[in-house]
Amino acid sequence: MQDFGAAFGLAFHLITSGDSALTEIVLLSLRVSLTAVLLACVVGLPVGAAVAVGRFRGRGLATVILNSMMGLPPVVIGLLLYLTFSNAGPLGALELLYTPGAMIVAQAVLVAPIVAALARQVIDDLHREYDEQLRSLGVGPWRTIATVLWDARYSLLTVSLAGFGRAIAEVGAVIIVGGNINHVTRVMTTAIALETSKGDLALALALGMILISIAVAVNAGVMALKATASRSAYA
Amino acid sequence: MLDAAMPKSDFSAANTPPPRRASLLVAEGLCFEANGHRLIASLDLQLDQGSRSVIMGPNGAGKSLLLRLIHGLLKPSAGSVAWAGCDVGRATKQRQAMVFQRPVLLRRSAAANVRYAMAVHAVPRHEREARLQFVLQAAGLEHLAAKPARVLSGGEQQRLAIARALSIRPQVLFLDEPTASLDPASTLAVENLIQHAHAAGTKIVLVTHDIGQAKRIADDVVFMYRGQVEEHSSADKFFGNARSARAQAYLDGRIVL
Repeated sequence: MQDFGAAFGLAFHLITSGDSALTEIVLLSLRVSLTAVLLACVVGLPVGAAVAVGRFRGRGLATVILNSMMGLPPVVIGLLLYLTFSNAGPLGALELLYTPGAMIVAQAVLVAPIVAALARQVIDDLHREYDEQLRSLGVGPWRTIATVLWDARYSLLTVSLAGFGRAIAEVGAVIIVGGNINHVTRVMTTAIALETSKGDLALALALGMILISIAVAVNAGVMALKATASRSAYA
Repeated sequence: MLDAAMPKSDFSAANTPPPRRASLLVAEGLCFEANGHRLIASLDLQLDQGSRSVIMGPNGAGKSLLLRLIHGLLKPSAGSVAWAGCDVGRATKQRQAMVFQRPVLLRRSAAANVRYAMAVHAVPRHEREARLQFVLQAAGLEHLAAKPARVLSGGEQQRLAIARALSIRPQVLFLDEPTASLDPASTLAVENLIQHAHAAGTKIVLVTHDIGQAKRIADDVVFMYRGQVEEHSSADKFFGNARSARAQAYLDGRIVL
């Protein structure tokens, strides 16, 4: 127990002293996950909007597929991307394997279906409510999508925060395609796994505390957004 | 109590519409089917320009459905709808507005809801502020312009929905039971707005269950029963001596099934 106490003490010291190794890992994690969520939103929001507002054959199937993809197992995605980016794979020429780029792609692939599926639900609900009124006003399909996206902006921001929460806490896929290389692809989750196995609990605990703080901050952000939305009656 | 077994001959003469002026709406052979059920069956209807037409009838008669069909929100299974000789389309909708029983307001301020409608209808920018002030004032909502629309009371929301509709100066204003869930004071305020729109030259097509409201507003009444127009006559004739036995029963407060 004394070792644990010492490890916690050292962990606090690492955080408060701004340890360079710790800072590097945290910053890389944030860069990878924020970029991945941005990419996931660029792809996921239009896909979610299209499935919600569009009237086409197979729309129900598309919804089922989107919802099912929310539960993609990260290690399987990691394995598939590993095969894709390896030298013998179809995208081997990009030389992305074991780079932050590969980790961004992996997290984006995991988060995009979550963003798309949740956005579809949010947009579908609002579109059902607005549909007759907007058609009565003579609003065209593109303006309808723009109106619904704008009015659902708070909910969609919440969706992207949920995606970020998933991305920053992900370990299975990024460790396979990133390789957990020191100073190159080591992020918070992979570093925690490695340092724990090595017995360096201080760094693992420090990273764990930061990770939990980020998760709490994301949830606080979601709650603040919801409160703002309710206050403005946008909910 | 009346039921569907009543002889048809009692009502056949009652379908004669009131004397025509220039017909604004001509609906011919209108049918609408859903899930194998015929909800509107070979309906013919003509509505005059400028008058206040009230559609009445028991639940399930097809009143709201008819409103959506003639406004173009639903496509008929058969038959045609023509407004001043033109088919229902986006261009027609640009000259019409509809207010629903439960007002659908955007998640924006009261003023932004009105501005949105004017932007969609390409009202010249220099006219928008004046129109906004005018319709909000007419609706008694000028002090609530900056408030989010969805925190307004039920009556205020419905008045805002009508103000938004009036901001585009529609040729035709459809209202689907706009006061169904409002108290008397709010109902009066909504009726004043409807009268205001009519005085400005807008054709009113109102669906209501409220006989008192129909008496206060109607120039002509369309009485529907099971997807058919049972009687269409002037308000004086309809309320004085309805030709349809079912319509008379409805007016007498008897249950019409």
